[in-house]
Parts: sequence; structure tokens; C-alpha cells
Amino acid sequence: MTENPVQNPAQGAVQSPAQNQRDQRTAAAGAPAQGAVEEETPPAAFQVEGLNMWYGKKQALFDITTSIPSKTITAIIGPSGCGKSTFLRCLNRMHELVPHSRTEGTVRLFGQDLYARNTDASIVRRRVGMVFQKSNPFPTMSIGENVVVGLRLNGVRNRALLNERMEQALRMAALWDEVKNDLNRPGMSLSGGQQQRLCIARAIAVEPEVLLMDEPASALDPIATMKIEELTQQLKANYTIVIVTHNMQQASRVSDKTMFFYMGKLIEYGETKRLFFQPSEKKTEDYITGRFG
Amino acid sequence: MAFQTANNHTLRKALSVLVSVATFLCALLVIAPLAIVFVHLVDKGASSVNWDFFTKLPKPPLEAGGGMANAIAGTLTLLVLASLVGVPIGVLGGVYLSEYGTDRGNWWLRFFGDVLNGVPSIIWGIVVYALIVKPTKTFSAYAGGVALGFLMLPIIMRTTEEVLYLVPQGYREAGLALGIPRWKVIVHIVMSSALKGITTGVLLALARVAGETAPLLFTAFGNSFWNHKLSDPIAALPLQIFAYAISPYDDWHRQAWAGALVLVCFTLVVNVTVRFLTRGKAMRV
Repeated sequence: MTENPVQNPAQGAVQSPAQNQRDQRTAAAGAPAQGAVEEETPPAAFQVEGLNMWYGKKQALFDITTSIPSKTITAIIGPSGCGKSTFLRCLNRMHELVPHSRTEGTVRLFGQDLYARNTDASIVRRRVGMVFQKSNPFPTMSIGENVVVGLRLNGVRNRALLNERMEQALRMAALWDEVKNDLNRPGMSLSGGQQQRLCIARAIAVEPEVLLMDEPASALDPIATMKIEELTQQLKANYTIVIVTHNMQQASRVSDKTMFFYMGKLIEYGETKRLFFQPSEKKTEDYITGRFG
Repeated sequence: MAFQTANNHTLRKALSVLVSVATFLCALLVIAPLAIVFVHLVDKGASSVNWDFFTKLPKPPLEAGGGMANAIAGTLTLLVLASLVGVPIGVLGGVYLSEYGTDRGNWWLRFFGDVLNGVPSIIWGIVVYALIVKPTKTFSAYAGGVALGFLMLPIIMRTTEEVLYLVPQGYREAGLALGIPRWKVIVHIVMSSALKGITTGVLLALARVAGETAPLLFTAFGNSFWNHKLSDPIAALPLQIFAYAISPYDDWHRQAWAGALVLVCFTLVVNVTVRFLTRGKAMRV
């Protein structure tokens, strides 16, 4: 396992990094915009260069070059089939599950090439966790087992440690108070919103550095959605979050930065407020004003 | 529209009723043999199914009494041996098809699996005779178990494949996204989700081979006494039924009926168990 000094999210000072982030943003607000990324937000979590991606013969992503700052929430918006989920999956190599898929270009996480030949996909995925559109607790496992399964199947056997991490993860996912007496009940017995938070707990229990969320609230009712959104705000202190969403209000509510994808290309990327109020690209404006998509 | 008279409307209705009745009768015909066989077996065999039948060894011809205890134990032994061969290989083959195989490779594997499934069971007897009986110079329980195991392979492989396909892709993705190695995802998440379905496939395969006679003729061979070593010939219920049925003795005929009844009941019990296992949530996982 690669030691990464940048963070050890589950423990220690929770507030300061987020605080730090906010200060930087306010500082950068007055500076003149320059190009696609108009502010300096070091350190970058992801650096993507010249990423092209194909499903068989069909090209899904075209020459994406960008960087995603750490400890911020980056939203990816765009119409269906624009490549936003594909791009997200390229960030933890989940795209490799699709037969005949292939990529060109590089994706670096805190400087390390995720596509390097000697980098194992499972190690990449331990560093880059993921939450899916459809909540998917493992049906044969209890609530507690679901949370620690990532650790257990990665070789952690210490019961006390597992229990400690379980509570920690459930607390971070704002689920502990609701399930602390039912840890042995099946994960599937929870409501839809709780299941999704269970999946978030499961993802953060392995202490990744990044959390990718693929439309995490699109199958939930407004109250459950609100809880997930609040949760992302809390998690931001410790994690870099990239969230794909169909819902533009959601993107504007939760994210610091927004990427707009269209037809496999990254059309515009910037501060969420700026992108929604003063899009610099015609396509972005058309999309966010509902003229298409 | 104008041509559609009331008359041919009636005709069409009549035809429709006729066809549905005909198909219903055919469906009845399909299951009728089961009822006939079962009733007949109970009629002929039930009177001979008694405590002795399950606990005593066969008696020499013309001596009354005796039972098929050794054959029943033999069949159970052979099923265990067959499972040792058929379950691991069949299940892992199914895992390959569902989890690892490529489209083209799978096409061929399924094709050969189906061909294997269609190979007459006596062929397996001959194959195992050549592979095991000849080199070891003796009929044996091992040889019988291997022959039955071969028969189970394609059945288990295909059912395993099918139930693994029913496990939603989301579980695999969720497991992999946690950085869990692929084989652990397959064993601990995918296979454990489909455990009921896999068990069902194994049970159905067991029920299918329990009554096989042909593959045992040149392998297990049969035995009128207890089997003490698996490298010796072993009795089996279907073999014993066969031997008794072609004998000239009335008492043996009665016992053959009893054996057949027990065998059918075994199949029935297994199928009921399977129904029970897959009840409610079915194999949907």
C-alpha cells in the first residue's frame, strides 16, 4: 500500500483543511480569471492529461486535460451520454470492467500515475473510493459487515480495529445514531437513503483519499437527498470529492467547482458560481438554461 | 370489416378454445407418466419397503427376506465421491464462464458443455473403464464416483453460470471499487450472494445422477456385500434394481420394485428441497 502523507482522513483535525481551502478561495476570488482553471488551488488531487477513452470503436472521451483540486467538491454536469460517468470511472480505473475499453493519456493522483503498468487497479481503488447511483449494500451481509468488508477482505483481521473503524465510518456517514442498535441486521433492511449512506460509510471505511460519487442521490427522495448533500459538505474536510449529477441545482448547491461535459469533451470548467452565473461558453449557457439536454 | 360475419367469429372462438384445450391435454400428458410411474411403484413396491429393506444385506436367491442396505449406502457413497469430482470443477467452470470468460470463448465452452450433457451416460462408463478400471485392474467405488462426477459437470457448470449472471453487476462494482482483489470479490460477494442457486444446481445434478445405471455397469460394478474399501466394487441402488429385475425370482422382483420406489422418492425429496430453497425470493438472489 502506498503511504500518502497528504492525508489520513478518519483521524485528527477535521476543520483546518477545509478552512484553509475556503481562505484560499476568497483570496483567489479577486484575482483575474485566466483560462479554464481560473484560480490556483494547490495541491491538485488529480491531474489528467490528454485522456482519450474508447468503448470498442466508439470514442467516449476526447482529449481531456484538467486538474481536480484536493479537499474540494467538484461537480460534473452534462446531458446523458456526454461522458461524465465515463470520466469519473477513468479516475479509479473502473472503466476497465467494460470489455474492449481502452484509454490513452495519463491520470495522476497526487503525482502518481494511476495507469502505470506496475500500478495495480485494486490499489488505485483503495485510494479512490466510489459511491454508485443505485445503493448496493451486499445482500448477504449485515449493516456492520457491509461497512468493514473492504478492510476485512483486504486482510485486516483485528476485531477491535474493525469495530473502531466501523463506528468511525458510520459516524462520518451520519448513520451511526440510526443504526448503532441494529448493526447485525441485514444491510438491505435499511431505507433507500440509509442504504446510500451505508454505501458511503463502506467506501470511507477503507480510508481512501478521494470519493467519487456517481449520481449518488438520483434515486432518493428530497429529504434523503438533502442528507447526502449535507454529508458531502462534512466529508469535504477530509476528502476530495468528485460528484456526477444530473441535477444542476444540486451541483450548484454542493460543489466548489463544476465541469461541464458535452459529447465526450470537457467544455468548461471553473468555479461553480461563476460557471452557473457567467458561463463563458455558449454550450454551457444553453445547457444550464435548459435549452437542451 | 364488413366481411367479418358473426358466423366465422364463432368459428374463430371455437378454434381458439380447441387449441387451448389441446395444449392443456398435452401438458397433462407430459406429467401423466410421473403419476402413472409413481402410483405403479407404490402399488408394487410399497409392501416391500420395510425396516429390513433399509438395514439388511441381500439374501441368496430363494431365501426370503434381506434388503438393500449395502446398495443404499453404496449409492450415497458414490454420490459423495461424484460430488468431490463434479462440484468443485463444475462450480469453478461456471465461475469462469460468468466472471472471466470472453464472449467467443464462452460460446465454445457452452457449446461443448451442452454436447457433454447430451453424451449418453453409458459412454461415461466406458470412458472411466478405460481411464481407471483398466489401469487399476479392478472395478471400484472411485471409478463409479468419477463416472457420475463427469455426468454432473456440465449440469453444475451451466446452473452455476446462470445463477451468477443473476447477481447484479452493481455488487461486483461495489466490491472492486473498495479495492478488494477480484477473486475475493467473486468468492465473498458474488458467489456468496448466489449460494442458494449454486446449491440448487448441485442438488439437481445429484438427483439426476443418483438413478444412473449405465455409467456404473463397468465402473462400480455392484457388490452383494458391504463395501469396505473404496478401491473395491461397490453396490448401488440402480445396479441392484437392474440385477434383481432381470432375475427369475419373485422375491427379488418385489425388492426391485421397492428399490425403484426409494430411488424415485429420493429424487422427489431433493426436488422438494430445491423448491423450498428457492421459495419466495427464488434464485433472484
